[in-house]
Amino acid sequence: MFRYYFKLGWLSIRNNPLLSALMVAAIAVGIGASMTTITVNYTMSNNPIPHKSDELYYVQLDNWDPNQDDDGAFEPPDQVTYTDAMVLMKARKAFRQVASNRSSLVLEPDNQDERPFMVDTRNTWADFFPMFEPPFLHGSGWDASADENLERVVVLSREINEQLFGGENSVGRSVRLNGMDFRVVGVLDEWLPIPKFYDVTNNPWSEPEEVYIPFNVAIENELPRSGNTNCWKPVDGNGFEAFKTSECVWIQFWAELRNADEEREYMQFLNAYVEQQKELGRFPRPLNNRLDDVMEWMEREEVVEEDAQVLMGLSLLFLGVCLLNTIGLLLAKFLRRTGDISVRRALGARKSDLFAQHMTEAGMIGLGGGLLGVALTLLGLKGIELLFGDMVDNLVSMDWVMVLTAIALAVVSALLAGLYPTWQACRIMPASQLKTQ
Amino acid sequence: MLRFENISMVYRTDSVETHALREFSLEVEEGDFVAVTGPSGSGKTTFLNIAGLLERFTSGRYILDGKDVSALSDAETSRVRNEKIGFIFQSFNLIPDLNIFDNVDVPLRYRGFNAAERKRRIESTLETVGLTSRMTHLPAQLSGGQQQRVAIARALAGNPRFLLADEPTGNLDSKMAMSIMDLIKSINMAGTTIIMVTHDDTLASMARHNVHIRDGRVSDAESDFQLADVATA
Repeated sequence: MFRYYFKLGWLSIRNNPLLSALMVAAIAVGIGASMTTITVNYTMSNNPIPHKSDELYYVQLDNWDPNQDDDGAFEPPDQVTYTDAMVLMKARKAFRQVASNRSSLVLEPDNQDERPFMVDTRNTWADFFPMFEPPFLHGSGWDASADENLERVVVLSREINEQLFGGENSVGRSVRLNGMDFRVVGVLDEWLPIPKFYDVTNNPWSEPEEVYIPFNVAIENELPRSGNTNCWKPVDGNGFEAFKTSECVWIQFWAELRNADEEREYMQFLNAYVEQQKELGRFPRPLNNRLDDVMEWMEREEVVEEDAQVLMGLSLLFLGVCLLNTIGLLLAKFLRRTGDISVRRALGARKSDLFAQHMTEAGMIGLGGGLLGVALTLLGLKGIELLFGDMVDNLVSMDWVMVLTAIALAVVSALLAGLYPTWQACRIMPASQLKTQ
Repeated sequence: MLRFENISMVYRTDSVETHALREFSLEVEEGDFVAVTGPSGSGKTTFLNIAGLLERFTSGRYILDGKDVSALSDAETSRVRNEKIGFIFQSFNLIPDLNIFDNVDVPLRYRGFNAAERKRRIESTLETVGLTSRMTHLPAQLSGGQQQRVAIARALAGNPRFLLADEPTGNLDSKMAMSIMDLIKSINMAGTTIIMVTHDDTLASMARHNVHIRDGRVSDAESDFQLADVATA
């Protein structure tokens, strides 16, 4: 019977094009508005590395001003100092660990005709690659000995490799960064973790860096930094050496801990380290170290912004208003059809038959609204992109899950909107209508 | 076959009670052709609606085809209507969006026949009413007489035991009306029981029996056979 109801629904929509178009438009506008904000929230709350997000822990050490408590919770800083990062790296107490920061270097192409350009760079350690699992197109990451021996090695993003080497396997080739030659050991494939979980202290919606070099090489050569740096004490002295020993935080630290025992032991290690540092006059605040897995860290950093959630609530209310309009329009449409309904009742249709027929039509209108709503959502996301630019580049795309969600939401909404009009239509007493037609 | 036992039908509003039928009793035998006549407001249409299970009555008992149908559920009355009763209305009541084939198809869909069976029945009944060549036409493309023939085909497609006709020629000219009456008579001759409500004495005279309703009751004096000889409930 569903095909029959589908045919009847199509006939009804075709024979009332204006009314049908109004209903489709009402649902589409509601879906477009709500799905735009839902998509942004969905993308924001995405788990970027679902198979091991509960094994990767972000480390926070509460080395901050005891008199500064902006939010009343004595939150530890969201990065660590160079001093602490080096201690944690050398201790190697986790299964894997990585300290990293963002920088921006000048890349000089081999071709003299091409001008040097800036590349986003991540200064990191060998464990970065097995921990965060970026896919490789060619080669691999470097090994721990490269970190220790200050080897000038580099991993390129796919885009930079295409730009410099036309997409060829460039492993073994040389890349000149800030006047120094780096040997290519690996080329990444497309990699777009959303959000960019390994560094949310900078824009979590930006793309991963274009080149990756050993952290120690960057330090040794005093390469420039471009990420966030916060200090609660003035730097004691001038120059890079003074900065390295300062209490400024600018490094993100991650540890890979495979089970609860490893997590507990690592926390004990962190606490012991901080207690020891307290004796040396550092860490003036009470002990408050933290280990957050990926999703806990995203939540703590409020990657899903409150504004976005409020906006999503408002847009869902707007969808409700659109549905109220649809209810009115469906009611008008269905009740105009009392003759048809009465004849069908006289010919043997049960109320449930008529219910199914009208709900099918409501569902079809919802489907139309959903498809148009997807188009409006894409338009809305484009508008956000135009409004906020690069900051939201990776937030404003719709995957298949969201497309299907939009259509499903539209159909369900239309079915809900259709319940009351359909119920009213099914209540029509056929005898009162058949004589008066 | 069809038996009304002391059926009363009262329409109530806040301040008014209207008695459409008053202890109405009637028995129609299988294969009969009964014309129901009476002045406007006498209860003819109410009788027909109750007979067709389109309305519930206030009191009494209704036996249809040997079964008490007084208190059936909505789904059960729908099934009985679909399987046993065919309707012909004064204003045809074809569904304007559907072509002739699909209009005749409506009761068969609710009957649950497969596509081949439905097609066979539709073609057969449209042939009976002489409209096989118009199957793809919309109702608006047909004359009044042709539309009523389609309505008759729709009523017959499910092979019902009863045909209930409410002023079936009321919207037709006299020539068309006679043609439709000939068709209805031939259907009756083939064995289908017919109850026809009409104002027209000429048409009523074409039925085998006449029942005259006045003030919600059968008027024995004006009816041509003993109708109320039924047991009271």
